[in-house]
Amino acid sequence: MTLPTPMPTAATRTQLSLTVLDKRRESDGVVSVRLGQEDAQRLPDWTPGAHIDLILPGGLTRQYSLCGDRWDPATYRIAVLRESASRGGSAYVHDQLSPGDNVLVGGPRNNFQLVPARDYRFVAGGIGITPILPMIQAVERLGSSWTLLYGGRTRASLAFADELTARYGDRVLIHPQDEFGLLPVADFLGSGAPGTVAYCCGPAPLLAAVDAHTAGWRAGSVRTERFVAAATEPPVRSEAFEVVLARSGRSVRVTPECSVLDAVRDAGVPVLSSCEQGLCGTCETGVLEGTPDHRDTLLDDDERRQGDRMMICVSRSCGDRLVLDL
Amino acid sequence: MTDTTYHAASTELPHFDDDPFGPELLEDPHPFHARLRDSGPVAYLERYGVFALGRYEQVRAALSDWQSFISGAGVGLANFRTETPWRPPSLLLEADPPHHDAPRAVLTSVLSSRALRGLRDQWFADPESLVDDLVKRGGELDAVSELAEVFPLRVFPDAVGLAKDGRENLLPYGSHAFNAFGPRNALVQDGEATIGAVAEWIGEQCARDRLAPGGFGEQIWRAADRGDITAEQAPLIVRSLLTAGVDTTVNGISAVLSALARNPEQYELMRRRPELIRVAFDEAVRFESPVQTFFRVAEQDVSLGGTVIPAGSKVLMFLGSANRDPRRWVQPDRFDLQRDPSGHVGFGMGIHQCAGQHIARLEAEALLTALVRRVRRIELTGTPRRKHNNTLRSWGYLPLRLTEA
Ligand code: HEM
Ligand code: FES
Repeated sequence: MTLPTPMPTAATRTQLSLTVLDKRRESDGVVSVRLGQEDAQRLPDWTPGAHIDLILPGGLTRQYSLCGDRWDPATYRIAVLRESASRGGSAYVHDQLSPGDNVLVGGPRNNFQLVPARDYRFVAGGIGITPILPMIQAVERLGSSWTLLYGGRTRASLAFADELTARYGDRVLIHPQDEFGLLPVADFLGSGAPGTVAYCCGPAPLLAAVDAHTAGWRAGSVRTERFVAAATEPPVRSEAFEVVLARSGRSVRVTPECSVLDAVRDAGVPVLSSCEQGLCGTCETGVLEGTPDHRDTLLDDDERRQGDRMMICVSRSCGDRLVLDL
Repeated sequence: MTDTTYHAASTELPHFDDDPFGPELLEDPHPFHARLRDSGPVAYLERYGVFALGRYEQVRAALSDWQSFISGAGVGLANFRTETPWRPPSLLLEADPPHHDAPRAVLTSVLSSRALRGLRDQWFADPESLVDDLVKRGGELDAVSELAEVFPLRVFPDAVGLAKDGRENLLPYGSHAFNAFGPRNALVQDGEATIGAVAEWIGEQCARDRLAPGGFGEQIWRAADRGDITAEQAPLIVRSLLTAGVDTTVNGISAVLSALARNPEQYELMRRRPELIRVAFDEAVRFESPVQTFFRVAEQDVSLGGTVIPAGSKVLMFLGSANRDPRRWVQPDRFDLQRDPSGHVGFGMGIHQCAGQHIARLEAEALLTALVRRVRRIELTGTPRRKHNNTLRSWGYLPLRLTEA
């Protein structure tokens, strides 16, 4: 008879806190940061086009596309452009964040999914290259054809340009503005033949040019993402907060070291969970009052704004009090 | 290189010549599961030339690690690299990233909890009359054919948007598909005789013009209109619902009814504390594991539990054994609503985790809610019978008495 050994604890029980594994200069104004856990645990799965939320000191949240290798389950890579009008996010990453530091992370979430196609036209402006990198990796495996048009102010400002050219040759068109002017979007995109899908990520004027050129294309055959400069959400809270369980008439405190799920369980209220990474939806709970700080991968922007439900395994509170339908 | 790794591993690996798909172990797999778990983290099944995982830790690790343990070469015994699948492979279950990504994103959104909110009222209303009728009739019933099969078939095909005619094909189709993940034994051969016409009917129902507006099926087609998936993918994604959506919940519901009948104090507790209804279903999914097994193929040499599994090997994950591993669960052989069944692998784990789990939970919650309102006690009135299936822990007969509250 073997005696039961101690029970392994369920997945991560605290917030997703990642360590900066390394930080590299990629081009003028761009650094890349690799994040992971010290014991190289698997991080929540993601798909090309996904971003994570980086929760910076002071509770500011910034979104960065994942641009690493999805076949490396223990590492996320992001690349960050120093923005002149930065309210602190990119400056912090450039000037302060160092290997060994810990950062809180939400997500990953994907508002920019890769859809199946026979032929892909990728257009990237500046740091808009980041979501395109894992898309190219995926499309290579899918065996579809693709080309990339990649522009920016100067050649020296274009992150990953050399590695893309070295690897993929003439499928990559590098187009610095100071040498060649604006991106030749119309020529590059062509007429939108059936089976072709265009992906564009970059600054607003580039997206506008792509939208104008592709106005008559089939529904869904043009997909764009504006890289997000500033988050509009209220700053998230790093201190403890109170969670009131309306149906069971109890109230619990959630400290930074524990999740809402833990706190609810400790109060003896039965709740189901499964992944405990915000991926599966098992722990979804109705929110009656308060503003959730969403860190799951599932709810889209509309659902987040509605604020009437949350994944309590990872999501937290923006204010000092939440009332849950439990 | 591969050979030496294999031979080095195989001398130390516990070997078994048991047949997990044979009648004896399908009738009662638990003693074998215990031997498998106690033999070590990884074992080898001689009869099929596959590696076997019986412990929670390794099963969960293999389920999560899609980079090393792939599904695209089949999640049954057949290796699609060398054998022809019996039907075009699933775009979800039998696909790896990046092919898996778009179909999965679409199905996740079609079956999301937001989508289910619209069904909730209707699904909760439906079993009231069903349970009422059974109780009024005296409460004696075969819970398999008169409740567990009836209720999902009343709500799920409508939610998909299927036509009324021909729905009797759904159970045989699912049953054969789940048998076909195992070896081509008598269970599969029996199914092969009749599956042609059944599969043809299933195929026809996946076409756009067969699917009622607003249902899951039509929503999958609308995703094709938006370009999120292709028009060639849409029918196969609908097929996934028809394959995986019925037999699984039938056996899940049978599992919870049987467990409640055998543990009257647990039923009593659930009646007093209806917030335990959802726990009861997940505890039954842990306890019985309606889906017992799935396979993977090692994409490269993978080190797991101190063994190197060579690239290309088939690996059999015993979900049912992991869900009763005493290394993870206290008194795993007890059906206990006061435990937290969270983290069981009855719905899998990771990127292939059951896309229909919220549907399954909602169906069960609706039915159990109707039961606790109307039924004071559930008892076994005879000896239940299993129905053998290569993958499902299935029931043939479950005689119960429902006593009116
Ligand atoms: C109690 C009921 C159920 C159980 C125990 C169950 C179990 C499972 C398991 C273990 C997997 C993982 C397979 C793997 O990792 O290879 C799975 C996947 C899946 N299930 Fe379920 N299932 C249930 C109900 C349903 C329902 C109701 C539906 C449809 C509405 C459904 C649709 C699917 C699909 C489409 C997949 C494949 C997902 C993917 O590979 O991405 N299941 N299920
Ligand atoms: S447990 Fe999976 S989302 Fe919370």
